[in-house]
Amino acid sequence: MDFSIALILTQDGIVNGAVYVLLALALVLVFTVTRIIFIPQGEFVAFAALTLAMLENGRFPGTVWLVLAGGLAVCAMEARALVARHDWHYRVQVLGWNLAYPLVLWALAATIDWREAGQWGRIAFTLALIVPLGPMMFRVFFQPIASAPVLVLLIVAVAVHVALVGLGLWMFGAEGYRTLPLWDENFLVGPLRIPGQAVWVLGASLALIVLLAQFFSRTIYGKALRATAVNRNGARLMGISPNLAGRLTLMLAAAIGAVSGILVSPITTIYYDTGFLIGLKGFVAAIIGGLAAYPAAAAGALLVGLLESFSSFWASAYKEVIVFTLIIPVLFWRSLRTHHVEEEEE
Amino acid sequence: MTKALSPAGPLAGQRGLPPRGMLAAFVALVVLAPFVLRPFQVSLLDYIALYALVALGLVLLTGIGGLTSFGQAAFVGLGAYATAVVTTSQNLPAWLSWAQGSPWGGLVVGLALTLAAALVIGSITLRLSGHYLPLGTIAWGISLFFLFGNLEWLGGHTGMGGLPPISLFGFELIDPAHFYYLAWAVLLAAIWMISNLLDSREGRAIRALRGGLVMAEAMGVDTSRQKMVIFVVAAVLACVAGWMYAHLQRFVNPSPFGINIGIEYLFMAVIGGSGYVWGALVGALVITLAKQWLQDWLPQLLGQSGNFEVIVFGLLMVLVLHRARQGLWPIVLRWAPVTSSPRPLDPTLEPLPQRPKPQRGSVILEARELTKRFGGLVANDKMSLTVKAGEILALIGPNGAGKSTLFNQLSGVDTPTEGKILFLGEDVTGKTSREIARMGMSRTFQHVRLLSNRSVLENVALGAHLRGRAGIFAAMLHLERREEAHLLAEAARQIERVGLWEHRFSEAGALALGQQRIVEIARALCADPCLLLLDEPAAGLRHKEKQALAELLDRLRAEGMGILLVEHDMDFVMGLADRVVVMEFGQKIAEGLPEEVQQNPAVLEAYLGGVQ
Repeated sequence: MDFSIALILTQDGIVNGAVYVLLALALVLVFTVTRIIFIPQGEFVAFAALTLAMLENGRFPGTVWLVLAGGLAVCAMEARALVARHDWHYRVQVLGWNLAYPLVLWALAATIDWREAGQWGRIAFTLALIVPLGPMMFRVFFQPIASAPVLVLLIVAVAVHVALVGLGLWMFGAEGYRTLPLWDENFLVGPLRIPGQAVWVLGASLALIVLLAQFFSRTIYGKALRATAVNRNGARLMGISPNLAGRLTLMLAAAIGAVSGILVSPITTIYYDTGFLIGLKGFVAAIIGGLAAYPAAAAGALLVGLLESFSSFWASAYKEVIVFTLIIPVLFWRSLRTHHVEEEEE
Repeated sequence: MTKALSPAGPLAGQRGLPPRGMLAAFVALVVLAPFVLRPFQVSLLDYIALYALVALGLVLLTGIGGLTSFGQAAFVGLGAYATAVVTTSQNLPAWLSWAQGSPWGGLVVGLALTLAAALVIGSITLRLSGHYLPLGTIAWGISLFFLFGNLEWLGGHTGMGGLPPISLFGFELIDPAHFYYLAWAVLLAAIWMISNLLDSREGRAIRALRGGLVMAEAMGVDTSRQKMVIFVVAAVLACVAGWMYAHLQRFVNPSPFGINIGIEYLFMAVIGGSGYVWGALVGALVITLAKQWLQDWLPQLLGQSGNFEVIVFGLLMVLVLHRARQGLWPIVLRWAPVTSSPRPLDPTLEPLPQRPKPQRGSVILEARELTKRFGGLVANDKMSLTVKAGEILALIGPNGAGKSTLFNQLSGVDTPTEGKILFLGEDVTGKTSREIARMGMSRTFQHVRLLSNRSVLENVALGAHLRGRAGIFAAMLHLERREEAHLLAEAARQIERVGLWEHRFSEAGALALGQQRIVEIARALCADPCLLLLDEPAAGLRHKEKQALAELLDRLRAEGMGILLVEHDMDFVMGLADRVVVMEFGQKIAEGLPEEVQQNPAVLEAYLGGVQ
């Protein structure tokens, strides 16, 4: 390997790593606020990429059905809760977001020729479809057992992931897709040929991180989420609803996942089940940060990206083996740092 | 004490079959099934037995021990690939030549490999808090799957064929109907052994993992070892299933050992009922049959081919965890005409040997200038106290005075920053709570730590953990029944001693809080201690119960027990304690007889605010 190859691999690693950074941040966010180890994060990535691909190809995105079904499930659950509590306060809001909104999406999907709508139009519609899946998922799957042990939440998360992969196959088929790049030009910098899409990935990731940082430090909702992450009961006593925090968190997670999917799909072919592996790499990074520290998770994500690109050069067949085996020394290192008996829950 | 140890009285609802009869009927059904069912159904049952074997490991690991693995399929793969290589490869290294070509050799190699892998992975992940283990198992499950698929000498993604059948006493198990008996014999034997294990001293120690590690360690349970034991046992069960799978298929490829199948095994255990050995079988049965049926039916419904059954499984799993977290087995039990009565306790057993007790009046515990700092906060500042055999020392003080910190240091949960603790004349500073428990110090907890769905008897018997020695194998084969009877008799004796005899078979969680505190005392007594540390034993007790508790502690003192009592209830303390130590802001502000302390101005100020 000479210097220029190393440079190219580094560039690849950083571009992939930037996406893992986003996912790792989302995973740390979800875990700290809700204690859910959010295995289905990768599904947002794959579903966003494939929805965009469907729109590009002029096909009806199956995600619309998912949003409709999710909305109906939320309505049904809310209705039960409302009847039980005789509390009709939020009914307009619930119906609006979970019935009217999906119906509007459905109408838009059915009437507009998205091939003519332009790249940004398609991206906007993709986000409109994927982002509401987050809060719906929280309401239907996690809110009823929000106080269960971490282990139960994890098993539910895995179950949701499994169901979503099956649904992904049904909605998008077994074929893989690549979407159109946002920026087709290439830049030559010394020995490097930097594709415009790589610039986009890095720029957008950075922008999103800055945006999230602002959200958490400046807005009342961001501060509420941070408070919940620090102390759930304390935040609750201060009037921060854990359910709202959970829905908001999964909305952010879905948005981050969808942006990641839109960013990587011009670089990598995405299949209905690709999300799992991408999401897990985010997990390896998040675990480096102990599922708690954002900067360490981001550094871990870059490490994972670099490790992946270099190992695909040296031993491409063992790329995944190497990346996932990384978790073992990382866990070992963490086990040396945690000191024994802690007061567990349950 | 003859009344005490007589068999349980008649129980309500003594109808239906006793479990033994039910079991015999089930075994008969298993034996006869191949004569009645069609070949493809028998072959399906072969697989169900193998899957149930893997799920059984997960019941032990997840349902009982509270650890979770999504990577069991990888252990199945290790077992399958090990035997595939051993039985088909022509150029095994010389040191393995003894095993070449023989499925039994393959089993031995597979077990050795699994053992090594489980020990390495376990030693890394089991020390971490709960959720890292499942994440670790996902990662290593994926790694191993890709490794199976990419190694040339394992046949890559196409796999390896031409495995010989297993032969038993010269009889080759080729026909699925013949293989059936091997698979089900192994499964039933495994269920028998795991049930035995759970019904033993080791089993109580395993269950104690869910009661919190601090509690388990205080009862003398080596929690790291116990976690490792169940992780290895689960891995071994998976490996044996993989070995049979390979020789049933006579062919291996990576796909049955991927992470998705690992997840499916966990689904089987959870849906069947992860807290019950038979749940594994129910889960394997339900998932396998449902899969068979859904794979025919769903692609037609959806107009596409693909593994759509996972949608149903995923949603079913969510439903089970939302609505019936115990799984299907308890629901099955509710409909089955089975009643069980608790095993009678043997009245003729002589008591367990007791440790030599220190002389009454001699100092058994001495804390010398203990200081504990958390960062800049000084929680305990040069605290000293002594407890003598045959006396009750009460440690009192307002909230936040540092009593619990002191208590934790004395019992070995926490290590003092400075100072020394002597127990029975030996320096125990920095020793683990397990070592200290072994020396004869036993404790209760401020927040009750009982296994609420187990009987009082079982909870109390956990206290006698260090008084038995039978290991895991003896427990699996129930070779330790004599010792076990002694331990249970001891537990029964302690239950009677504290006055909860009529509740011995009740679920601990069904008792009133005050009674649960008493159960904790019985559990502590079961360890045959010479020093009892009691953390607010009177909290939540009613007046009568407090009187009974005071009588009990008085009796123990008369027998020569040293008791250190952390308590808030002044009336209780003042009427009972020999001496009182008062703490405030981490320091000792007074010490002496109850009457003296009550008159002490510093104490009055601490409790009542400044006297005007």
